[in-house]
Amino acid sequence: MADMPLWEVFIRNQNGLHHKHVGSLHAADEKMALQNARDVYTRRKEGVSIWVVESRHVHASDPQDKAVWFEPADDKIYRHPTFYDLPDEVKNI
Amino acid sequence: MYSQGLNGPAEKNTDDSPEQLAAFQKRIDAEEKIEPRDWMPSGYRKTLIRQISQHAHSEVVGQLPEGNWVTRAPTLKRKLILLAKIQDEAGHGLYLYSAAETLGVSREQMIDDLLSGKAKYSSIFNYPTLTWADMGAIGWLVDGAAIMNQVPLCRCSYGPYSRAMIRVCKEESFHQRQGYEVMLKMANGSPEQRRMAQDALNRFWWPALMMFGPSDKDSIHSAQSMKWKIKRFSNDDLRQKFIDATVPQAHYLGLEIPDPELKFNEETGHWDHGEINWDEFYQVIAGNGPCNRERLAARRRAHEAGAWVREAVLASQQKHKQPREVA
Repeated sequence: MADMPLWEVFIRNQNGLHHKHVGSLHAADEKMALQNARDVYTRRKEGVSIWVVESRHVHASDPQDKAVWFEPADDKIYRHPTFYDLPDEVKNI
Repeated sequence: MYSQGLNGPAEKNTDDSPEQLAAFQKRIDAEEKIEPRDWMPSGYRKTLIRQISQHAHSEVVGQLPEGNWVTRAPTLKRKLILLAKIQDEAGHGLYLYSAAETLGVSREQMIDDLLSGKAKYSSIFNYPTLTWADMGAIGWLVDGAAIMNQVPLCRCSYGPYSRAMIRVCKEESFHQRQGYEVMLKMANGSPEQRRMAQDALNRFWWPALMMFGPSDKDSIHSAQSMKWKIKRFSNDDLRQKFIDATVPQAHYLGLEIPDPELKFNEETGHWDHGEINWDEFYQVIAGNGPCNRERLAARRRAHEAGAWVREAVLASQQKHKQPREVA
C-alpha cells in the first residue's frame, strides 16, 4: 500500500509568536493530519495552535542557487544601522 | 531509545567527484549543518538513511517490552506513566522516520525493511521483561544509555536528525527518572521487591552496556562517521561515561552491579569493568536473542491487522474529496 500524503506541521507555541515548522507526518486528509500533529508534536503543551500544509504545496528555493538568491545582500552593509558613523555626543539615535 | 545503526560501517561514496567531496568536508569541518536539499555525498546519505531508520525502528520495537506490563502495572498512576512513556516512544519513532524521509527514502520502504528483517534495531529490545522491576531497570539503564548516545547526536551534522534528537532528548529525561523512581520504590520495599529489583539489574546491566556497540578495538567503521560528524564519540568512551554515571546510582539504591571485576580506578578516576560477553551480543544482533522472533512477529501482526484501517482511511478520504471538487 502506498504511503499517505506527507504534511508539514507548524505550531504556535503561544499567542504572540509565529507558527514555527516542527516536522512532518503522513495522513490521509487535513483532519487526520491535524489530529496526528496534536498527538505527535504537542504532548507537552508545546502549542496553542497547529497549521498543517500538504508538503507538495511548499515551493522552495534551490540550495544550489543560494549564491544567486542571497549574495546580493552581502555587499549592502549600508542597510544596517551600524554602517553609519555618528559622534558619541549625539544621543538617542 | 537508541540507534545501534551507529555501529555499522559508513557507506561508500559512489559517483562523487573529489572536488565535491572536498567542498562538502569543508562545510562539515566549519560545523555547518547539512539540510535535505543540499548536495551531499551518496555515502553520507546512505549512512544516514540506515542509521536514522534503524534508530526509528528501535523506538517502535522498544514499545513492545514495555507494552507487556501495561495491563499489569501495580497502580493506576504507574499505568498512566507507562502509557505516556510508550506513547513517547511511538512519537520518537515518528520524528525519526520523518527525518529519514527527508533523505529520499519512503516510510513504506523503511517499514518493509523492518518487517522483512533486512533492517536492524537495537539489540536491547530482544530481551524479555519478566517482572515489574524490569520497567524500572529499562527506564533507568536502557533509557539512561540511550541518553548518553543521543545527547551527542543533537549536534549531528545533518539538520533534520539533529532537530529530531533535540526533541527526543528533552522527553527522554522523564523516561530515565521515572525508571529510577520505580527502582527506588522497589529497592526500599519488601524483601521480595528488593530481590526483584536486584534481579532486574542483574539481567539488564550487561545488555545495557552492549547497547554502545562493539569495543573500539573491534569497531573499525567509525572513522568516516566521525569525520562526517554524524558520530562524535567512540563506543568505549560513551560506555565508560555511562558506567561512571550509573554505578553511584546503583550504590544509592543499595543494589549490586553484577560485575565482580568492577572497581574504581583512583588513577584514571573511572570505574574499570569486566569483559563484556561479545558472543552474546553478536548472537542477539544475528537474530538469536531470547525475543528476536517474537518481536518481529508482533510487528508483522500489528502491520497486517492494521491494513484495513489504513485502507479505510484512504477510501474515506477519496469519498469525501469528490463532492468538494465537484462543488
